[in-house]
Amino acid sequence: MTGKLRKLALAAGTALVGLSAQGALAQSVTMAVAAPVTSLDPHYHQLSPNNAVADTIFDKLVNTDAKSNNLPGLALSWRAVEPNVWEFKLRPNVRFHNGNPFTAEDVAFTLQRLPNVPNSPSSFAAYSRPIQAMEIVDPLTIRFRTAAPHPLMPLDMTNVRILDRETHQNATTEDFNAGRAAIGTGPYRVVSHRSGDRIEFERNDNYWGDRAPFQRVIYRMITNDAARTAALLAGDVEFIDQVPTSDLAKLRQDNRIALSETVGLRLIFLGLDHLRQANENSPFITDNDGKPLGKNPLQDVRVRRALSIAIDRKAIVDRVMEGAAVPAGQFLPEGVYTHVPGVTPPAFDPDAARRLLAEAGYPQGFRIQLNGPNDRYVNDARIIQAVGQMWTRIGVRTTVEAQPWTTFVGRAGRADFSAHLIGWGSNPDGSHPLRNILATQTREKGWGSSNRGRYSNPRVDALLDQSLVELDEPKRVQLVIEAQRIAAEDVAVIPLHIQTNIWAMRRHLAHDARNDELTRAQDVRPAAR
Amino acid sequence: MSDAVIPAKIADKVETPFRRFVSEFAESKVALGALVVFIIIALLAIFAPWITPQNPYDLAELDIMDGRMEPGTVGGAGFTYWLGTDDQGRDMLSGIIYVLRISLTVGAGSALIACLIGASLGLLAAYAGGRTDSVIMRLVDLQLSFPTILAALMILAFLGKGIMNVVIALVLVEWAYYARTVRGTALVERRREYIEAAQCLALPTHRVLFRHLLPNCLPPLIVVGTMQVARAIALEATLSFLGLGVPITEPSLGLLIANGYEYMLSGKYWISFYPGIALLITIVAINLVGDQLRDVLNPRLKK
Amino acid sequence: MTVYLVRRVLQALLVVLAMSLIVFIGVYAIGDPVEILISPDADQIERERAVQALGLDLPLWQQYAVFLTKALQGDLGRSFVYNEPALKLILQRMPATLELAFGATIIALIIGLPLGLYAGLRPEGRFSRVIMASSILGFSLPTFWVGLMLIMVFAVYLGWLPSTGRGETGSLFGLQWSFLTWDGLRHMAMPAINLSLFKISLVIRLTRAGVRETMLMDYVKFARAKGLSPARVTFVHVFKNILIPVVTVVGLELGSTIAFSVVTESVFAWPGMGKLIIDSINVLDRPVIVAYLMMIVLMFIAINLIVDLTYSMLDPRVRLESKGT
Repeated sequence: MTGKLRKLALAAGTALVGLSAQGALAQSVTMAVAAPVTSLDPHYHQLSPNNAVADTIFDKLVNTDAKSNNLPGLALSWRAVEPNVWEFKLRPNVRFHNGNPFTAEDVAFTLQRLPNVPNSPSSFAAYSRPIQAMEIVDPLTIRFRTAAPHPLMPLDMTNVRILDRETHQNATTEDFNAGRAAIGTGPYRVVSHRSGDRIEFERNDNYWGDRAPFQRVIYRMITNDAARTAALLAGDVEFIDQVPTSDLAKLRQDNRIALSETVGLRLIFLGLDHLRQANENSPFITDNDGKPLGKNPLQDVRVRRALSIAIDRKAIVDRVMEGAAVPAGQFLPEGVYTHVPGVTPPAFDPDAARRLLAEAGYPQGFRIQLNGPNDRYVNDARIIQAVGQMWTRIGVRTTVEAQPWTTFVGRAGRADFSAHLIGWGSNPDGSHPLRNILATQTREKGWGSSNRGRYSNPRVDALLDQSLVELDEPKRVQLVIEAQRIAAEDVAVIPLHIQTNIWAMRRHLAHDARNDELTRAQDVRPAAR
Repeated sequence: MSDAVIPAKIADKVETPFRRFVSEFAESKVALGALVVFIIIALLAIFAPWITPQNPYDLAELDIMDGRMEPGTVGGAGFTYWLGTDDQGRDMLSGIIYVLRISLTVGAGSALIACLIGASLGLLAAYAGGRTDSVIMRLVDLQLSFPTILAALMILAFLGKGIMNVVIALVLVEWAYYARTVRGTALVERRREYIEAAQCLALPTHRVLFRHLLPNCLPPLIVVGTMQVARAIALEATLSFLGLGVPITEPSLGLLIANGYEYMLSGKYWISFYPGIALLITIVAINLVGDQLRDVLNPRLKK
Repeated sequence: MTVYLVRRVLQALLVVLAMSLIVFIGVYAIGDPVEILISPDADQIERERAVQALGLDLPLWQQYAVFLTKALQGDLGRSFVYNEPALKLILQRMPATLELAFGATIIALIIGLPLGLYAGLRPEGRFSRVIMASSILGFSLPTFWVGLMLIMVFAVYLGWLPSTGRGETGSLFGLQWSFLTWDGLRHMAMPAINLSLFKISLVIRLTRAGVRETMLMDYVKFARAKGLSPARVTFVHVFKNILIPVVTVVGLELGSTIAFSVVTESVFAWPGMGKLIIDSINVLDRPVIVAYLMMIVLMFIAINLIVDLTYSMLDPRVRLESKGT
């Protein structure tokens, strides 16, 4: 049986060698991504797969490199000319796919369009909201006036894909989806789009930057993990993203396959119930007999720390994630400028955890339910079971419940859980997780909208407030780091690990792995021979 | 001397309908074998806690450091994982024996309840006709066009996760098949003379329905029924595959398979293969027994 | 007959209405689409804007009223996700699913009927037993598992068939169909077989059961006694009789395949309606779910009507009832 299978595999292998050689000559590449692209309108839905494709077709004033550092895009340079005024110098001689020239008018048009895309379920309006007025100084210079100093302006501009005023004046989302209006300045142009199935691209020979490596790109969507890997092994596609961790070991050994990987910006962490006060019951915590506890142990930092150091992060990374993650003690990985120096992943120490629990008044532990999604993050349901094992070992008897994101996210948002697993994909600035997850929920400031545990710490809030108007970059970074340090020491959330982003391809290809998880056609190129 | 004894024994054996049923059933060696297998499976399921080395439901007994071990490895707890372990360090052998309980409960439970509800409504529709028929059959239409996944999600939203809720979801999905099948047959049967005769005798409706009409609708019902037990188990697997099945800490065969599915390409076959084999044996046994039952019970195949 | 049809149409409308109502309440109970669709870093103002943009800020009954008013004008709403008319999305995906479902059903009939017939005519034969035993496999293995096995064997190891996707399409009636091209057919083969496994078993079992019963009936015995050839007895007398249950069940199966070949379409990345509905359910894209299910319920009603009509044609004992009770 195995002998026969091996023979078959060999036969398939030789057949594929021929196929891949052909692929390299054909000047085209077939890629398969996991998440379906729902629209080619770059301002309709703020969604990673849509953004990845938009980055292929369009450009931004500020582009980002594979490490999410800002790069000149359609703007050559930018600076704050006054505390409240940003000036962007634009790149000359850039043309859209249809030949129209790119000018400051187009930037102004784009920023005006952001809040006005009908029916958008998640718009880009937040990036134009700080701008009170726009001033076109000359065709290649534009100024944005803001109400208060806005140090994050360049970062905001890395999210805004620029359209052509002439072409897109009356373009609807449907026009984009049909391909008619999917016209940008990017390295590839759209040839055809079959919703939920595939997009075909063609090289933009007039691109202002590096020439795209392939004449033609077929960008397919294969949502099922195993099927995607199988398609790569069968040679039907030459490149896939979101490689399932369960296939990693095998793919690493396969000499027809190459992998590209990098530590990402997505932290997987446990959110804890900070909403119920110390003398209130948390919904999924009871004493060991299943009776209400009469208090919320999670309000005690010693309990939170005990739960954190009870987790063997290395074991989770090695055994559950099969190495495709790094243990974490904070939101951002090492090497990113707002990473907090000295805050390392909490060391695994079950004995200390038991002591802390006893100190906090729970020598016998208590019972808790850990909730999580089962279709959202890499191995999410497996991780909560592993955490459940580890918590149970220090006397916190844990049941776990995994459910689809559809039903999970609403309940998490209402703070229905005592402890829940969730992930956060940051942009590289620490202000991003601070604002959204660690800051006190405040509608007017737009803070804490994903603060599902309702953590609140005035010191964190104050530092964040200062940082958001600090134009002196080193000082601002210091404030952001300090705020993150305080939250980490207070165990606001329990960080588990930061995911590694992994792509797999046939040997004849090479790829620049991006830490923002985007799978862009221009990052795939023939391997050097 | 023995000659004298035998007639007495035969006389002893033959008469009751039950005995005749048993002897007719035993005519097929295959079916008999399947019955034995099924009984063994049921016993394993019932006595699982006493025969397995590990309680796969108890997170405290699992250790991820023992995860994905190959069959035959000795684990940290000191016993051998004869069929290997899954990603959580769950002994597959213990796991399979334990989950038989849940799969059998879910499969047989939902098929039985769905059959009761569906068959009764189908009979009623065929017998009563008119408005009753229309209402029931349009309900069937509604149900058949309602996706299992949405039904399961709604039940998850209303009632939360749990084994009973999966059963409810499956019943909700399956009853319409029984109703439709029974009504089809019953429509033909109710035109026959024996029903008219029964009606002429002014027998009460329920008696006509259940004593006369139902037995004659049984053969197709049993065909559908035994298949639906299998289908319910497989459907539960699909729900688990979509994350809507039984809770992860109380897995079913389906959940074990769905979980191991991701490891199929990586050569860790045992996580999904052995539960698959267990599922196959269970379902084949149930169906062989069901096939024979159907043949024995079918009045029209009587020679 | 006309009265009968009119009544069925009226009933159909009621059922469609009921379906839309159930979906509205169901989706409302499951969760908030905006929570799922919104970017995690959107602030509260943006969230409120999105809720409003999608019309979800109104009370549920008002949302339903808005939907009904528009539906009466033929507008079933726009997808939250794609920002395109829900009906257009569904119709775009329909050919892919239709051809897959019909392909699977045809395979099932071609394989299932003869095997079932054989097994029914020779219930004790060795080959018949093999047929019956292996037919159990068809419905005991989960579809997703079999699907992946097919891909592994035929695409990865043997390299005979493409692993996923729809391949080249040809144009007919302005729609794109895979069965018109060789490449398309090759892409269709595995998903169609995967879908047909359950149906093959079903057809085999129904046919066998029917044949066994019918062979013992008086009219068949009579026909044989009259000296008709065995072939004629089998194909004319027996076959006609067993078609009833087969037609009912296969009809229903065809319906559910068209509606919910969700798993197969996911595993084979087949861009059909099943894929659309599962994606839509996952993000609670209500306009698409409602439009889809309303359409599907209509289809089932139509199938059931056809089945009922076929009954009365195949078997004069079943009369179409239009009695006034």
